[in-house]
Amino acid sequence: MDYKTIKKSEITEFLDNLIKEYEIAAPIEKDDIVVFDKIKSSNGVILEYSNSVKSPKKFVIPQFETLISYNTNEDTTNVKEHLDEQKQFILFGARPCDARSFLFLDKVFSDEKNRDIYYKNRRDVVLIISLGCTQPQETCFCTTTGGGPFSSEGSDLLLVDIGDDYIIQVITDKGAELVKKLGLKNAQKDELAEMDRVIKKSEAKIEPDLELNNLKDKLDNSFDGSDWETLTEKCLSCGVCTYLCPTCHCFDIVDEEKNRKGERIRIWDSCQFPHFTMQASGFNPRPTYKERYRQRIMHKFSYCIDNYNMVGCVGCGRCISECPVNLDIRQVLTSLYYSMLSGRT
Amino acid sequence: MKNPYLPTPMKVEKNVIETGDRNIKTLTLSFLNNKDEEIFNFIPGQFVELSVLGAGEAPFGIASSPMEKKHIDFTISKVGLVTAQLHNLEPGDTVGMRGPLGNGYPIELLRNKNIFIIGGGFGFSTLRAFTNFMLHPDNRKHYGDITVVYGARNPGLLLYKNELSEWEQRNDIQLHVTVDKGDESWKGKTGVVPVIVKELSIDAENTTTLVCGPPVMIKFTLPVLAELGLAPQQTYLSLEMKMKCGIGKCGRCNIGSKYVCTDGPVFSLAQLNKLPQEY
Ligand SMILES: Cc1cc2nc3c(=O)[nH]c(=O)nc-3n(C[C@H](O)[C@H](O)[C@H](O)COP(=O)(O)OP(=O)(O)OC[C@H]3O[C@@H](n4cnc5c(N)ncnc54)[C@H](O)[C@@H]3O)c2cc1C
Ligand code: SF4
Ligand code: SF4
Ligand code: FES
Repeated sequence: MDYKTIKKSEITEFLDNLIKEYEIAAPIEKDDIVVFDKIKSSNGVILEYSNSVKSPKKFVIPQFETLISYNTNEDTTNVKEHLDEQKQFILFGARPCDARSFLFLDKVFSDEKNRDIYYKNRRDVVLIISLGCTQPQETCFCTTTGGGPFSSEGSDLLLVDIGDDYIIQVITDKGAELVKKLGLKNAQKDELAEMDRVIKKSEAKIEPDLELNNLKDKLDNSFDGSDWETLTEKCLSCGVCTYLCPTCHCFDIVDEEKNRKGERIRIWDSCQFPHFTMQASGFNPRPTYKERYRQRIMHKFSYCIDNYNMVGCVGCGRCISECPVNLDIRQVLTSLYYSMLSGRT
Repeated sequence: MKNPYLPTPMKVEKNVIETGDRNIKTLTLSFLNNKDEEIFNFIPGQFVELSVLGAGEAPFGIASSPMEKKHIDFTISKVGLVTAQLHNLEPGDTVGMRGPLGNGYPIELLRNKNIFIIGGGFGFSTLRAFTNFMLHPDNRKHYGDITVVYGARNPGLLLYKNELSEWEQRNDIQLHVTVDKGDESWKGKTGVVPVIVKELSIDAENTTTLVCGPPVMIKFTLPVLAELGLAPQQTYLSLEMKMKCGIGKCGRCNIGSKYVCTDGPVFSLAQLNKLPQEY
């Protein structure tokens, strides 16, 4: 792997250079919370932050998007596909957990058989420059889900904060090309030693809690267990966890029409909502919070392993810090993992 | 690259009332563009998303056999927004179609088997498609005995009445039509589907069963099939779940790790027995 360095004081210039050629999204503060937004200059970009409240998934799966639009005349209907040309795009300062979430979304939307062309068009132009975590939060558990505070999976370049400078780890060819264009300096031996120290120190702060394969087995055996009811009792089915989650991707498709002109829209949806699975007959296979929360857990920690060979959670902790009733996914998992009851079939 | 969300424009040929309560119609469509028609191949048991612009999309099983060229049938029960709009369509109108979607009946595995078909409600539509497929002169020799049990709540709710009479006349298919409750003019069988199934003598050894119908019918029929000695590997069910995308992305139609829209809608009972009971 190649390692470059850049002074922290040079980051603004670095960004302003990139802005000339690319669309860039970076963490900025807005109404007292950190969000990822497209930026026009390096002003206001913050790199000392824990993580954004909303995940950056919106850049590949926007909350609303028009799939097709149409207008109807006397006897003809014109249907138009909305596949806009996408400009090269850099996601700057994403956390490693969020970078990994893009790999997960790729598995869902870019499968061979039913490739989602809207997703692919957006995803193809994304280059991710992520920022390793020197100070993991109390809610972070990325190491449990297969990642880590300096995991490079999903990133093209990864920045490591070593004090006055960042080391830039060059992960992919795409990343290498960009670095070459910018003519960055190679990292020195002592800088690399400092990088290793920083990484080790941070990793020690979040050791994995559970073993994922064992967890899957336990979950598969606990589907009908009585634990679910007690563990999920306080869930409000508000859907906040799913909206903020970087890997949650469920959506609805609806038509909106006015004056014989209309659009077919894709819009985020949530498995936590009762109507999500309600059939036209009135039958609902997941009628209460219990079945719906169970679906969220089973989907991420069992079904995704079967289908994509990857857990559907990157351990970002958003669903823990933002849940209005403090339902902690780690506690649920741990309880199920160690529960005597869930040993039953 | 193909856009899986782009509907193919279809022309309405016919839209006829099937049932006395006028709540079920059979919609016959043809392709507006020859190119679309050429690439459209399906197997019985597959479904599509039909859409009326402005109202939205909904999934429907294909009710006609792939041996019938030039047109595709759907039998649609009116229950809500999209289905009401589909009922309103008239010949010459345009409607959107995405598909074919899902796996369909395992037609290769079913070759040289005796086929036992059990259907109720509009769930009978894809079984009708498969039956017509088997009865086609090119295909009939590939299948053994064909037995069909089809039930409706009352005579007025029976679908495809003309076709049922034609099947009655044939000697290469055993047809048992039943209603839960008859009326003065009803001369056929009376009784719910599982009861009728129980009365039949089926050679369990070489028979494969295909079941599609309302949940209660399925619930009470499965134990009867087990009694008759029909093994879970030889029993196939076509399932229904709330669907949107039809291509395994929107996340709402799964049973365990299987997506009904892509891994199904047809599953063997043996497969289903391994999945969580969440359907
Ligand atoms: C694989 C598959 C194959 C199918 N094949 C067939 C077929 O061959 N024929 C057939 O007829 N059907 C078939 N179905 C079922 C069919 O898809 C549904 O009946 C259809 O989606 C209903 O759509 P709708 O827009 O008309 O109903 P919706 O408008 O979605 O409403 C359905 C019902 O829900 C109620 N409802 C809707 N929205 C709400 C709300 N917000 N709050 C409370 N209640 C609400 C409505 O009052 C109505 O009773 C199939 C389904 C699947 C999955
Ligand atoms: S777990 Fe929390 S955030 Fe998620 S639906 Fe339940 S109450 Fe809302
Ligand atoms: S489930 Fe929670 S911790 Fe896991 S990726 Fe989603 S929001 Fe983050
Ligand atoms: S209908 Fe969207 S996943 Fe099956």
